[in-house]
Amino acid sequence: MSATTAHLAHQFDDAEQQFAAAELGMWLFLSTEVLLFGGLFCTYSIYRLWYHAAFVAGSQRLEQVLGTINTAVLLTSSLSMALAVHAAQTDDRRGIVRNLVFTIFLGCMFLGIKGYEYRQKFVEDLVPGPNFSLTADQPNDNSREGRRDKNNRAGQPPYRAPSQTTLTTEPDVGRVELFFSFYFAMTGLHALHMIVGIGMLGVLLVGASHGAFTPEYHTPVEMIGLYWHFVDIVWVFLFPLLYLIR
Amino acid sequence: MIDQLAESRNYLNDDYRFRSWLLTTDHKRIAIMYMISITLFFFVGGAAAVLFRLELMTPKGDLVLAETYNKLFTLHGVIMVWFFLIPSIPTVLGNFLLPLMIGARDLAFPKLNLLSWYIFMLGGAVTVWSIVAGGADTGWTFYTPYSSTYANTNVILMAVGVFISGFSSILTGLNFIVTTHTMRAPGMTWFRLPLFVWAHYATSVIFVLATPVLAITLFLIVLERGFGIGIFDPKLGGDPLLFQHLFWFYSHPAVYIMVLPSMGVVSEIIPCFARNRIFGYKFIAFSSLAIAVIGFLVWGHHMFVSGQSMYASMVFSFMSMLVAVPSAVKVFNWTATLYKGSISLETPMLYSLGFIGLFTLGGLTGLFLAALAVDVHVTDTYFVVAHFHYIMVGGAVMGYLGGLHFWWPKMTGRIYPEWWGRLSAGIIFFGFNLTFFPQFVLGYLGMPRRVHQYVDDFQVLNVMSSAGASILGVGYLLPLAYLIWSLRYGKRADPNPWHAKGLEWQTPSPPPKLNFTQTPIVTEEAYNYPPAPAPKKQAMS
Repeated sequence: MSATTAHLAHQFDDAEQQFAAAELGMWLFLSTEVLLFGGLFCTYSIYRLWYHAAFVAGSQRLEQVLGTINTAVLLTSSLSMALAVHAAQTDDRRGIVRNLVFTIFLGCMFLGIKGYEYRQKFVEDLVPGPNFSLTADQPNDNSREGRRDKNNRAGQPPYRAPSQTTLTTEPDVGRVELFFSFYFAMTGLHALHMIVGIGMLGVLLVGASHGAFTPEYHTPVEMIGLYWHFVDIVWVFLFPLLYLIR
Repeated sequence: MIDQLAESRNYLNDDYRFRSWLLTTDHKRIAIMYMISITLFFFVGGAAAVLFRLELMTPKGDLVLAETYNKLFTLHGVIMVWFFLIPSIPTVLGNFLLPLMIGARDLAFPKLNLLSWYIFMLGGAVTVWSIVAGGADTGWTFYTPYSSTYANTNVILMAVGVFISGFSSILTGLNFIVTTHTMRAPGMTWFRLPLFVWAHYATSVIFVLATPVLAITLFLIVLERGFGIGIFDPKLGGDPLLFQHLFWFYSHPAVYIMVLPSMGVVSEIIPCFARNRIFGYKFIAFSSLAIAVIGFLVWGHHMFVSGQSMYASMVFSFMSMLVAVPSAVKVFNWTATLYKGSISLETPMLYSLGFIGLFTLGGLTGLFLAALAVDVHVTDTYFVVAHFHYIMVGGAVMGYLGGLHFWWPKMTGRIYPEWWGRLSAGIIFFGFNLTFFPQFVLGYLGMPRRVHQYVDDFQVLNVMSSAGASILGVGYLLPLAYLIWSLRYGKRADPNPWHAKGLEWQTPSPPPKLNFTQTPIVTEEAYNYPPAPAPKKQAMS
């Protein structure tokens, strides 16, 4: 009993009211996040409809294997997050800590793989900007000589438009650049949310290792759990939109 | 004994240290901090208006350069929209009154409330920085590709300032919704809520659902300027018009963020000074929600001449006409509330009646603009400028000032000087109309907005407008002076100086730190003003 009243803020009458407020607040916050990402998803869908061939060509430059691994990593981290919440509900203090550590580990792994993918795109000249190029080793500009050689040494295979898109016209480079603008904006914003989430998980971990959460009071674990699942779901939409659909 | 102690201790004299204000989580103190901040921003935005109204006294561009003029109206728009109008009533009156009106000790998330003030101030600081660093010249609308590719001014900084302040709106809206759902006192059912709370609920829905879209849009602008990602750049296949869609998806509902809380204020003031129950409570409550919902579906009326599909324009035109219906429902209900009331014309009532008149004019001219054929003629002219000032200044600011006077005794424990109040309400009403009515005519005659020089024929109307602006300026300075004066010399207010209904009047003025000495229990409907007795009962039987 005293455990519940200790965490009761002065403006609330009882713990149920406090929990109801926190829960509603978190869902509302997530709805704002849906609209934040929604703006990007909507814009992406429009351009994809307009520049289908170019977006398919861009999508084929992404590493499907790495994307799939990342999806698995993130889904597993959602599982361990759910297990952490369960551990908090059942007063399994070591369980909370263990699962939080595992969730943080998987989150960092996701970011690591994402970072590796970003690096690859950088090497392949697929970062939007003045150096953007689909044909990193075909001469089209003298000033690129040196960099081209470096790319060849790195063993990058020359880009060839795949057969199903060559049926239509060759995709416009600018449109493919647009695809990569979306790729970086969307996955970048998602990664930012991951970083914030990992930070919050770290705070939870400190609290959990001091035994701050009990079956009576573990609202922060549940709320940050909701956030983590949300970030996961965003990726579940991002992955097919960017990597899979043709 | 305890009661007497509680009366002498209130939220203002509870702790005098500066630190106790900066770290407070009391919604009432945060409201006061917001009030001071937005007043500062109001006069910054106003100063820009003074300068360009002076420039427009003469047809030639002789006071400021074209570039300076562009920066001035951008500054005016950005500051007034995001740092005064949008936060005005929700963060000051809403913050102060929402918990009091529903019988709660505070908002659901007091720390988040304080955080939202700091975010707001950070956004304001970045925006002021962008102005000091030279300003931006894109207009408050940041239209692409000018803002993304061509403008050579501090667009990134200004967009970041607005972006940051957006999160303060989101947090405020979130806080209000959760508070209304979970913190109501025993007996305070949804249909006993004051209409002010309904209006703020509807406003908060817009805060929560529209502001993130502005955030992502400004984010894309910043990425575009900073890294050239090309989403709005036609060279790469990007579409500048898409920016307008995204921008107005937020910014049209934002107009309802400004005017809905004002409607809430008016719905409180009119029954009180007509001594009448509000007419059609549920209609007013649901029309607030209807405005919030339909308001999301009208954004395309800003793009009738931007090359948008004709069929889309027809739908948007229809929806824009439709949103006028719930607005008109409110106006009719307020008028019906006045009917057979015993009306007294104190300052808040004068502002409310002014609101109804000016809002009606602004709303009706909005119908002109929603009509496809007429809009082509008046797009980007002073007609549009006059129209939205009638809504945003005639509507929102009149409501804010009316509410500020109405609840001033509650907030400060002092009575403002009534005579000065009425005088300034009159001056503002007169000055406002003199400023903006000529602009309807100017726009109809074809004077484009956002230019610093014009043909000689337009001078008379422009001088009228500038003269009106100076009167309006006096009207705004007066309340600033006498309200501050009243803090020291005003009469002390008793808990309910207007004999008004509503929980906020059942606690001392100013309220104690936790609002009520004991949690109130609500047993009656809102606006239970003594009915005009005899004739009504005869009519019933």
